[in-house]
Amino acid sequence: MNITKSRFLKFFAGIAVLLVILDFVIPKKPHFGWDGIPSFFALFGLLGCFISVLIAKVVRFMIIREEEYYDD
Amino acid sequence: MISFISPLVVFFIGALLMLFLKNTVRLVCCVIVCIAAFMCLLNIPQGVYPIVEFWGYTLILRFDALSLPFAYAFVIATLIGMIYSHHLKSSKEHFWGFVYAASVMGAVFAGDLITLFVFWELMTIAAMFIIWASKTKAAQGAGFRYLLVHLFGGLCLLAGIIMKVHYTGSIEFGYVGMDLGIASWLMLIGFMVNAAIPPLHAWLTDAYPKASITGIIFLSAFTTKAAVYVLARAFAGTELLIILGAVMMVYPLIFIVLENDLRRVLSYSLINQIGFMIVAIGIGTPLAINGAVAHAFVHIIYKALLFMSIGAVMYRVGSSKVTDLGGLYRTMPLTMIFCVIGALSISAFPLFSGFAAKSVIVSAVAEEHLTYVWLTIMFVSAGAIYWIKVPYFAFFNKDSGKRPKEAPLNMKVAMGIAALICVVVGILPSVLYDILPYSMNYMPYELSNVMKQLLLLSFVFLAFSLWLKSGYYPKERRSEILDLDWIYRKLAPIVVSFAGKGVLWVYRRLNYIFLDWLPSMLIWMSKSPALALKIWFSKLVMYFMPFGWEEARSAIEKAEKEYPANVLPHWSMSSSIAFMIILLTLYLVDYYFL
Repeated sequence: MNITKSRFLKFFAGIAVLLVILDFVIPKKPHFGWDGIPSFFALFGLLGCFISVLIAKVVRFMIIREEEYYDD
Repeated sequence: MISFISPLVVFFIGALLMLFLKNTVRLVCCVIVCIAAFMCLLNIPQGVYPIVEFWGYTLILRFDALSLPFAYAFVIATLIGMIYSHHLKSSKEHFWGFVYAASVMGAVFAGDLITLFVFWELMTIAAMFIIWASKTKAAQGAGFRYLLVHLFGGLCLLAGIIMKVHYTGSIEFGYVGMDLGIASWLMLIGFMVNAAIPPLHAWLTDAYPKASITGIIFLSAFTTKAAVYVLARAFAGTELLIILGAVMMVYPLIFIVLENDLRRVLSYSLINQIGFMIVAIGIGTPLAINGAVAHAFVHIIYKALLFMSIGAVMYRVGSSKVTDLGGLYRTMPLTMIFCVIGALSISAFPLFSGFAAKSVIVSAVAEEHLTYVWLTIMFVSAGAIYWIKVPYFAFFNKDSGKRPKEAPLNMKVAMGIAALICVVVGILPSVLYDILPYSMNYMPYELSNVMKQLLLLSFVFLAFSLWLKSGYYPKERRSEILDLDWIYRKLAPIVVSFAGKGVLWVYRRLNYIFLDWLPSMLIWMSKSPALALKIWFSKLVMYFMPFGWEEARSAIEKAEKEYPANVLPHWSMSSSIAFMIILLTLYLVDYYFL
C-alpha cells in the first residue's frame, strides 16, 4: 500500500474536501475570532506540514552526515 | 508505617525477586508485584507521612492529587514493560526496571528535598544500567554520556537544594518559583536536564535509541515525566517555562522529518510532546496543570505503545531504520494496528487518548489569551509528522521484501493493554479527568473542537502525501543527523586534543630547559668557572668587535676545545684563600665601622 498511488490520494482528498464542506455548516466557538474563519484549520494543517518539511529540506545539508560519523 | 511506603517497598521487593526468578514464574511475579503496587496506590489516604529522622530533619513522603496520577501511569508502564520483556533470558533489565520504577515513584512521592535528591540520583543510575543492558558498543558510550549529563544536572540540583535550605531553613519540597535567585536557577537547570528541555536535551536522543527494545519502554516513561512532575510542583506558573516549552515543541520538527532511525524519530517526538506539558506548567492555572498531568499520563502509555510496536519490528527484522523497512503490514498486521492506534493517540485524533489531554492544554492556552503560544501549538500539531512517518514508513510505503513473523505473544499482550488504555481514555475521558489534581468540568467532545482537529489532521495527511507524490520529500538515506550532542561528542575531543598539543609543547620546552640544558650547562661551567666565564665573555665581546672576527672565533674555539684541561695556573689554592681573606676583611669592616 502506497499513499502516493492516485486511488488512495483521491480517497484522502475526498475526505478532506468533505470535511471542508462540513466545516461551513457546523457552528463554531472561536476564541480569537480569526479561528472562526471556515477551513482555517485546514489551511493551517496544509501549511504547517508543508513548511516544516520545507525547512527540514533546506537545513538538511548542514546537519546530515554519514552513518559512521561518530566512531563510538 | 509500612502501609504508606508500600508502593516503593513493593517495587524494591519485586527487584530483589527478579534476581532469583526465571521465565513464567518471573512473569507471574512481575504482574503480581505491579498489581500489588497499584492496589497500594489506590488505598493510600492522601496526606503527608514522616518516614525517618535524618541529621535533624524529618524525611517525609507525600501522597496527593498531583503525585498520584503520575504514580498510576508509572505502575501501568512498569507492568507493560515487564510483560513486553518476558522473552529475555537475563533478568538484568527486569531488576533495574523495578529499581528504576521504585526510584521514580520515590522522586514523585518525595515530600522533602533530601528524599527527592536521593531518588533522583538512584533514577539516573538505574537508567544507566538499563541503557547498558543492550550490550552494544554504542550503548556503552551513550550510557556513560547519559551518566555525565545527569550528574551535571544532579549537581546543579544539589547546589540549588543546599542554597534553598540555607535561605529558608526548611527542607520541604513545595513551590520554589524564581524568587530565590541563583538557588532557583540551579534547581531549574537540574530539573531541565531531566525534562530534556533544549539546549539540555541531547542526552535523550543520544541514549534512548541505543537502548534495547525492552529497556526503552522504561526509559521513555520515567525520567522525563518525573521531571514534568517536579516542575509542576516547584515551578508552576513560571513564565520562562512557556517560552522554553514552545522552543521544545518546535525544535524537534526538522529532526523528525530528517531522521532515518524510527526510534530516534520517536525520541524527538518525546521531546516535542513534553514541550506541551512544559508550556502548560508555565501557564500554571488549575486547568493548565490538569492538562499537563493528563498529557503526561496518556503520553506515558501511547509513547510506550509506539516504542513497543517499533521494538517488535526491530525484534523481528533487526533494524528500526526507514531504509530497511517498508510493507511490513502484510505479515505483522496486529503490530501495525497497535502502531496506528499509538500514532492516532499521539496525534490527538478524536476518540484516542491524546485528544482528551491535548484539548485541555489548548483550552488553557486559549483561556489565558496567549495568542502566539496558541499559534505555536497549532503549527506544531500540523508540522510534527511523526504520527504519519512512523507507521507509514515501517508498515506501508515501498515493499522492502521482508516478510517477518508477527510479534511474539508477550509483546502482543503488552501492546494490547497499552492500546486498550489509549482507546478507553479516548472514548471516556472522564476516567482520566477524575484522577487529575484539580476538579474540572471539561468536555473535549464538542462538535467544533472535534471538527477543528479532524480538519487539521486530515490536511496534514494530505500535505504529507502530496510531498511524497511530488518526489521532493527529503530522500531517506542511512545517515546520522547532528544535534547538540555533537558539542561533546565531536567538538570537545578536538578542542581537548588541540589544547593537549599546546600543553605538551610547553611541557617539552620546560623539560628541555630545566632538565637538560640548564644542568648540563652548570656541570660544564663548574669544571672551571673562571675559564667558562672567560669564554662566555669573549663570545659576548666578539659580537661587538668591528673587525677581527675570524681570529677571535678560532681563538674561542681553541679555548673551548682545550676546556677544562688548561685550568689557569694562577687560580691556585693560595689565591682562593687570599680571595676569601679579602672578603672576610670587607665583611668585618662593614660590620664594625659602617
